Amino acid sequence: MHRPATLAFRGVPATATAIEARGLEKTFRIPTQRVDSLKERVVRPFAGREYRELRALDGVSFEIQQGEFFGIVGRNGSGKSTLLKLLASIYRADAGTIRMAGRLAPFIELGVGFNVELTARENVVLNGVMMGLTPQETRDRLDSVIEFAELGEFVDLKLKNYSSGMLVRLAFSLMLEVDADILLIDEVLAVGDAAFQQKCADAFHQMKAAGKTIILVTHEMEAVEEYCDRAMLIDSGKIRHIGDPAEVGRRYVRLNFERGSDSGAGPSSEGDEVRLLDAWVEDAAGERRTNLEHGEAINLNVELEVVRDSDGVGVGFILANADGVGVFQFGTEAIVDGESVALAAGRRIRIRARIDNLLTAGRYFVHCGVNRVSGGVALHVTNAVGFVVYGGDPHSRGAVTLPHEVEAVVEGGEGR
Amino acid sequence: MSEETPVQPLREVHGPSALGGGSRRFFDLLWLMSVTEFKRVYFGTVLGYVWSLVRPLMLFGVLLFVFTKVFKIGGELEYYPVLLLTGIVLYTFFQEATMNSVSSVVVQEGVVRKTQFPRLVIPLAVVLTAAFNFSLNLVVVFAFILAWGVDPTWTWLLLPIPALLIFVFAGAVSMALSVLYVRFRDVLIIWTVGAQVLFYATPILYPIEYVPETYQHLIFLNPLAPIFEQVRVWALEPDAPTAIEVAGGVAGLIPAATIFVGVCVFALWIFSRDAPRIAEEL
Repeated sequence: MHRPATLAFRGVPATATAIEARGLEKTFRIPTQRVDSLKERVVRPFAGREYRELRALDGVSFEIQQGEFFGIVGRNGSGKSTLLKLLASIYRADAGTIRMAGRLAPFIELGVGFNVELTARENVVLNGVMMGLTPQETRDRLDSVIEFAELGEFVDLKLKNYSSGMLVRLAFSLMLEVDADILLIDEVLAVGDAAFQQKCADAFHQMKAAGKTIILVTHEMEAVEEYCDRAMLIDSGKIRHIGDPAEVGRRYVRLNFERGSDSGAGPSSEGDEVRLLDAWVEDAAGERRTNLEHGEAINLNVELEVVRDSDGVGVGFILANADGVGVFQFGTEAIVDGESVALAAGRRIRIRARIDNLLTAGRYFVHCGVNRVSGGVALHVTNAVGFVVYGGDPHSRGAVTLPHEVEAVVEGGEGR
Repeated sequence: MSEETPVQPLREVHGPSALGGGSRRFFDLLWLMSVTEFKRVYFGTVLGYVWSLVRPLMLFGVLLFVFTKVFKIGGELEYYPVLLLTGIVLYTFFQEATMNSVSSVVVQEGVVRKTQFPRLVIPLAVVLTAAFNFSLNLVVVFAFILAWGVDPTWTWLLLPIPALLIFVFAGAVSMALSVLYVRFRDVLIIWTVGAQVLFYATPILYPIEYVPETYQHLIFLNPLAPIFEQVRVWALEPDAPTAIEVAGGVAGLIPAATIFVGVCVFALWIFSRDAPRIAEEL
């Protein structure tokens, strides 16, 4: 009898594996021109057959032990969401294997697979079955799901009438109640009000105590350092580090910082749709400057290049002082290319901003963020450009000098 | 890790597919989704189920008037009204199932992009929902048939066979359309026309023997045509020409059977090919 022997061999170690991923690869083919109808395909059979390949995951291997609270950290476009969807069996890997012990309950993009046309009751039953329970088991757990989510009165209300907070609460408590062996959680620790957050934190601790495996995917380092036993940093589709969450946190910050500080000349990471070519500050005469006198207008210039076809973006800036305090935030509207907000690869975007210089003397930095119109961040560059402001009132203690009027009047004194 | 936690064996995860996840779960989901949808549609409205009858009955009333009072050809046939009603109710099932399933996968986007489950459940649940409707409508059809003076015969017991064939064909067409629609959004428009053409290419408005013989063969390329003809023979008129007689022998049915099987094979192939990538394409 060979088979029981092998099973026993696998079962013996104190740290049994919950998830084992080997050489995962995933490449997305992004059509350079999208063909959305059969008509187009018939009329122009070869249009849209050209693809650019985007390698989202490139040979990712790791193991997660049963009972571990494991963090997966990465910037937008690093491949962490793709990895998450592979683990949840929503995407299929091009190469590599995933092996898993037990049932997995996913909680992705603040939700589970809800159909908003159905009531909470129907959705809970449907999703329970999707996550591997029998219909009877799900009906038995319905009450505790609703109770945990604090939605007792709304159980027969269609989800389209729910607030987003109610939806997230329902999804979260469903995920807890389906009693899966592995929980996969994508950015949820800021769910609901403070009381509900506390309930979630308690539930996490209980599940950990019960030996459940929890995978948390996030870019919030605080959450990772607070909850996780181990963490993994992923960037450009590759694992950069696995181990101590604090070390992963340090590397994550360093990675962001490196990208940010030399981004004026350096290339952006793969997966970014937009690249920062140059950013500088000039004076009224058009001369590039690194220092400006208080009161002398700040002319900020930024040049971006669209690396791959994008849905359309808006660009935001934060002007921060040497203490890292954001002094002023501003941004563009959605950037329009002709009549469309979509941007084709190769386009350049030139942004000019003129800001009244009300800043007090000191060092300043401009952070630049490119946000997709459809949501999400296409590019984030900390410290895209820096400059020094001198002059003004040398004794001023504030961050800015706001236009102001002040008067002081002495009143009263009749009783003297 | 606490001691009572059972150590579970590692199993390979294959990602999304048309059928994956065990047959038990597949059928649980299929049943749940179709029952839920059925309830949603009919318990949400005041008149509920009556609405699902209104459409075929309206169509029936209009066509009956046109073909017995205006064109008068229907008037010559004793069984024309029952033939028309039976055909319309059968075809309504096919049309409702296929039309509703075209966009089903896209409509369920939220579910597809966030959970792992056998993708095939979605279009099949739509077909099953239409089948629930159909079975309710059958009560009306049989009441009408009996009231018209058609005597029940033993061949009524054979009627589940054509019903099942229509169900399978509707399922196959639905599978193919729902997965094609993910990539080609004009599939809905194309199928709206296609379903209309198929309606006239099925002997519903006219008895098949009224069609010139050369065109009979053309019509019999439509897999639904022989099925509907056989329903007519078994349910209403034992003396009407059977599907085999119209086709001129069993061999005459081969083209229709080939198309039937071909559609099923194509549907299974394209659905299982595309199912793993539906979430990415949405």
